[in-house]
Amino acid sequence: MIPTIEQNRTPVIAGSPNTEKLRRIWEGKPGLAGWLSTVDHKEIGKRYIVTAFFFLLIGGLEALAIRVQLARPNQTLLSPERYSQLFTMHGVTMIFLYALPVLSGFSNYLWPLLLGSRDMAFPRLNALSYWVFLFSGIFLYSSFPLGKAPDGGWFNYVPYASLAYNPGPNIDVYALGMLLLGISTTVGSINFVVTLARTRAPGMSVNRVPVLVWGTVTASVGNLLAVPAVSLAFFLLWMDRQAGTHFFDSTTGGQPLLWQHLFWMFGHPWVYAIVLPAMGIVSDALPVFCRRPLVGYTAVALSTVTTMVLGFGVWVHHMFASGLPLLSLSFFSAASFVIVIPSAVAVFAWIATIWTGRPVYTAAFHYFAGFVLLFVIGGVSGFMTAAVPVDWQLTRTYFVIAHLHYVLIGINVFPVLGGIVYWFPKVTGRLMNEKLGKWSFWIAFTGFNTAFFPMHVLGILGMPRRIYTYADQLGWTTPNLIVSIGAFIFGAGILLFIFNACVSLRNGTPAGDNPWDASSLEWSVPSPPPPYNFAVIPIVASRYPLWEDAMNEGPERSSIYTGMLLDKGRETIGTSPLDAEPDVILRMPGDSSLPLLLALAMTALCASMLAHSRWGVYSSALATFIVTALWLWPQRTLAQVDR
Amino acid sequence: MSDSAIISDRPLPIGSRGHLATGWWGMLTLILTEGALFAYLFFSYFYLASHALGNWPPSGPPSLDISVPGTVILIAGSLVVWWGERGIERGNSRPLALGLAAALILGIVFVSMQFYEWSRQPFKLSTDVYGSLYFTITGFHMLHVIAGLLILAVLLLWTALGHFDAERHAAVSIGALYWHFVTVVWLAVFFIFYIAPTLT
Amino acid sequence: MSYQYTFGPAIDPITRLGWALGIVALSVVAIIAFLLIGGVFRRRAPSSQRLAESKDAGGVSWIYIGTGISSVVLIGCMVWTMIVTAAVSRPPGLPALTLQVTASQWWWSVRYLSPRPEDVFTTANEIHIPVGQPIRIELMSADVIHSFWIPQLAGKMDVIPGITNVTWLQADKPGVYRGQCAAFCGAQHAHMALFLIADTPRDFAAWREHQLTETPPDSLTEQGRQVFEAHCGVCHAVRGVVPAGVRGPDLTHLMTRRTLAAGLLPDQPGDLAAWIVNPQRFKPGALMPAQLLSGAELTAVTQWLSTLN
Repeated sequence: MIPTIEQNRTPVIAGSPNTEKLRRIWEGKPGLAGWLSTVDHKEIGKRYIVTAFFFLLIGGLEALAIRVQLARPNQTLLSPERYSQLFTMHGVTMIFLYALPVLSGFSNYLWPLLLGSRDMAFPRLNALSYWVFLFSGIFLYSSFPLGKAPDGGWFNYVPYASLAYNPGPNIDVYALGMLLLGISTTVGSINFVVTLARTRAPGMSVNRVPVLVWGTVTASVGNLLAVPAVSLAFFLLWMDRQAGTHFFDSTTGGQPLLWQHLFWMFGHPWVYAIVLPAMGIVSDALPVFCRRPLVGYTAVALSTVTTMVLGFGVWVHHMFASGLPLLSLSFFSAASFVIVIPSAVAVFAWIATIWTGRPVYTAAFHYFAGFVLLFVIGGVSGFMTAAVPVDWQLTRTYFVIAHLHYVLIGINVFPVLGGIVYWFPKVTGRLMNEKLGKWSFWIAFTGFNTAFFPMHVLGILGMPRRIYTYADQLGWTTPNLIVSIGAFIFGAGILLFIFNACVSLRNGTPAGDNPWDASSLEWSVPSPPPPYNFAVIPIVASRYPLWEDAMNEGPERSSIYTGMLLDKGRETIGTSPLDAEPDVILRMPGDSSLPLLLALAMTALCASMLAHSRWGVYSSALATFIVTALWLWPQRTLAQVDR
Repeated sequence: MSDSAIISDRPLPIGSRGHLATGWWGMLTLILTEGALFAYLFFSYFYLASHALGNWPPSGPPSLDISVPGTVILIAGSLVVWWGERGIERGNSRPLALGLAAALILGIVFVSMQFYEWSRQPFKLSTDVYGSLYFTITGFHMLHVIAGLLILAVLLLWTALGHFDAERHAAVSIGALYWHFVTVVWLAVFFIFYIAPTLT
Repeated sequence: MSYQYTFGPAIDPITRLGWALGIVALSVVAIIAFLLIGGVFRRRAPSSQRLAESKDAGGVSWIYIGTGISSVVLIGCMVWTMIVTAAVSRPPGLPALTLQVTASQWWWSVRYLSPRPEDVFTTANEIHIPVGQPIRIELMSADVIHSFWIPQLAGKMDVIPGITNVTWLQADKPGVYRGQCAAFCGAQHAHMALFLIADTPRDFAAWREHQLTETPPDSLTEQGRQVFEAHCGVCHAVRGVVPAGVRGPDLTHLMTRRTLAAGLLPDQPGDLAAWIVNPQRFKPGALMPAQLLSGAELTAVTQWLSTLN
């Protein structure tokens, strides 16, 4: 058979070519159809971030309602049931609908630009992961207006979450919503892992990729191994509730602790998945504002991976009070101490970078410097809870709430805010207002510490978690009032930040390609980047391609404006996993409505399960199969078939 | 001076070519995560078994007379898929079609035997912990087998349409990889449910 | 509920460790803050160079030294932790007393065990123990997961249905110690407290003796007793009067307790009457339904309950 499509090609090397052809190839369809079918990673990244921030605000409102209720003793603003739904949804929203998606958004937008590529490995899968995330958030929140939101805490322990004690649909909404969200997280993780393994610019060996990439790929591998545990836990719970199984029912031989094991085997790696990419943001951006490369890149990259690996061996520290044998508890306590060590590596790397560098006091720098302090405060409170007998006092009190907010807000939100300031000019072509940026930092930082530092004290004064009110004579009254005031100040700081972003979108100072004189590849393309990212695929010779002339590291230079053209269609280069040697020219799919359709089919499947509709389940499963088959149908444009 | 030594004048293949295809790597990661799912299922089995009072399994070890032939059938299915893939690597789509069709038939036979096996168990999903575990774990495996059958059927269709040749058959390799994964998982399920109880 | 200072061997070694870890934690924060502020604000020679550092290497000694010192401190704390864990894992001697505590939504049943069956009795929401002696506590749940926590005497121990967890504690100082359920267990998790009173051995013996007696009947409150038997006896037991009720707290010697409704209300007749009429007003979601009693019935039953000294 005589082949009709190109089998092999030596890529054309060009320098600063005319980009009109590339633009036509990569530009998405216009209008609503284009908006619904885009597979442009930059679009998807922006959507993730905006949607995640929307959920951040909702979760924040839930928190403020809680803080109003707890500002004084014996208040009756919220009924116990409503309070339970609020603290549950606050946790679910922040941990699942904000913390990972916002980092997915950063990584989706940035990875191809950081790696010198034209797209992620699976552009349609990328779109799918966003749509499924959005629909799972809507699915979970659809319960709220009906007053049937999940109410067993985000950790959802059985037997309280079982049918006997929670007969309404609340927990079923949570279980099925989490199955749906798990699909989003899984396909997103698959995309990141394969993208890193296969689509980097030639010469970008693994010891040259930005630390954000290390953080995200580590988190992604972690998620691939951890998310099935929680998906399974929720599925088994749904079965116990709706199909009469006995996994968790102690009256029939089931084990309530099985839920806790499965949940925390997921839960602990998850909390590292939602901070390691953010730590990577700091490791990449802070050095730019210290005018030097990161100290100890290799140590930091290895500590990232080590943290995730160790993160799979500490889950029982969430169960220290459950009566497990002391031998087992001692092992997990020891592991929980050891996991502090790679974090210490990162902290000292950042401090050394600041100390030996020359800080530039931009608003972004404030967020990254402030982050280091919050990281350490969160880290040491965690260190205290690692000691199993001390945890028997601290666990399930406000001390842990202090710890988890220092690590989640300190290590996720603050780097995200700094990252937004840093990359805003690249994404929008305009700089955010520096003065407003510094004001929002100080207001947020002050409010945050005012709200959460006193919680350490409240914990030691014995205030348990998850209580909707408290008596006056226990000594908890004044600290609670301070906490509530701080929460509102923190909220104001966040609002001011968002206001700054909105205002700067229209009136910000126009930014050039590289307003911060940064070192990584994304700063070599226009702001905002063209749809094809790079006119030619760069050839990378170091970790800081744009700083090579100012560095004293030898004669090799990256070639940024001369490289492979790859303009015979939507093309990018495929490279070997470790050394990034080119080995294939990859054809990329263009806009497609299939991701949206598949997301709808999967959501319909979960909704049918919730409604106990057999026909709904069969038809949405059929739709899932058909759309998947169409998606995978071999296409000529993707060089999958030769006719 | 650029590091362009990394770029040579060698021509590069284009598109979905064997293990260079991104889909191949995607399937590897999918197997990683689905494998983890089964690992957590097995963890649940052993956790609940270790806490069970009385005999385990409560009705004694399940009989082997359906499951052993079923195992042989699944292994045979993997073998014919492997044989079919070797065929298309040499450019022959006939062995590929035969291999896929044979695997499809063997898979359907396996599923039918499993349904029969399910129907003759003395316990149901809701009877006790063991019943819940048995049907859930073999059920998850069944779902993966059925997904595999759909994959085989679609691959067979694409083979019939002449989509594959010696250069381009990534979908076959990817689908075959999935099918072998399903067979390996069955070996674990078979061992844990049918063999291990006879050893203790 | 504060556990800055604690009062027994089940917890004191832990409190010392906790303080030490807290001091280490605050010191680390102070040192890092110092290094951070120093690094940010330290004076540097003015430079027109594009970068502060032109070599990729350098500065790594910060990581070695910092991580090295941190690791030594961590290992030290880990070793001390293991020692403390072993130290509190069992009581210093044979327990003087074994209690079976059964947690329900949202109250605590306490059963005093004894080798002599006639010395076994049940009370609710309030525990008395002799000072200076180890007490063994077996924990069971009647419904969902709870957690038994009296912070000044011992760390938390979860109460899990299907499992009997065992903990121990000892009070070295006489006094009243407050505890509270420490695992989210539903709507009234916030109002599931308990009180533990450590008596001198003589006071404890007297209390225990008294608990084993039955309140003699009194013709003046006979009507109230009948109202109780008709309306309340389904759930509540009073030894010698209504032995069967187990769904609610045992009310024998109710008036000897400090609080009602698991630490929520003072144990006074006025509060008692208000509770009986409408428990939902104080503890919305509580499993005790409002009682439809006439004014006379309410007065009578409250009067009778007030005689349960």
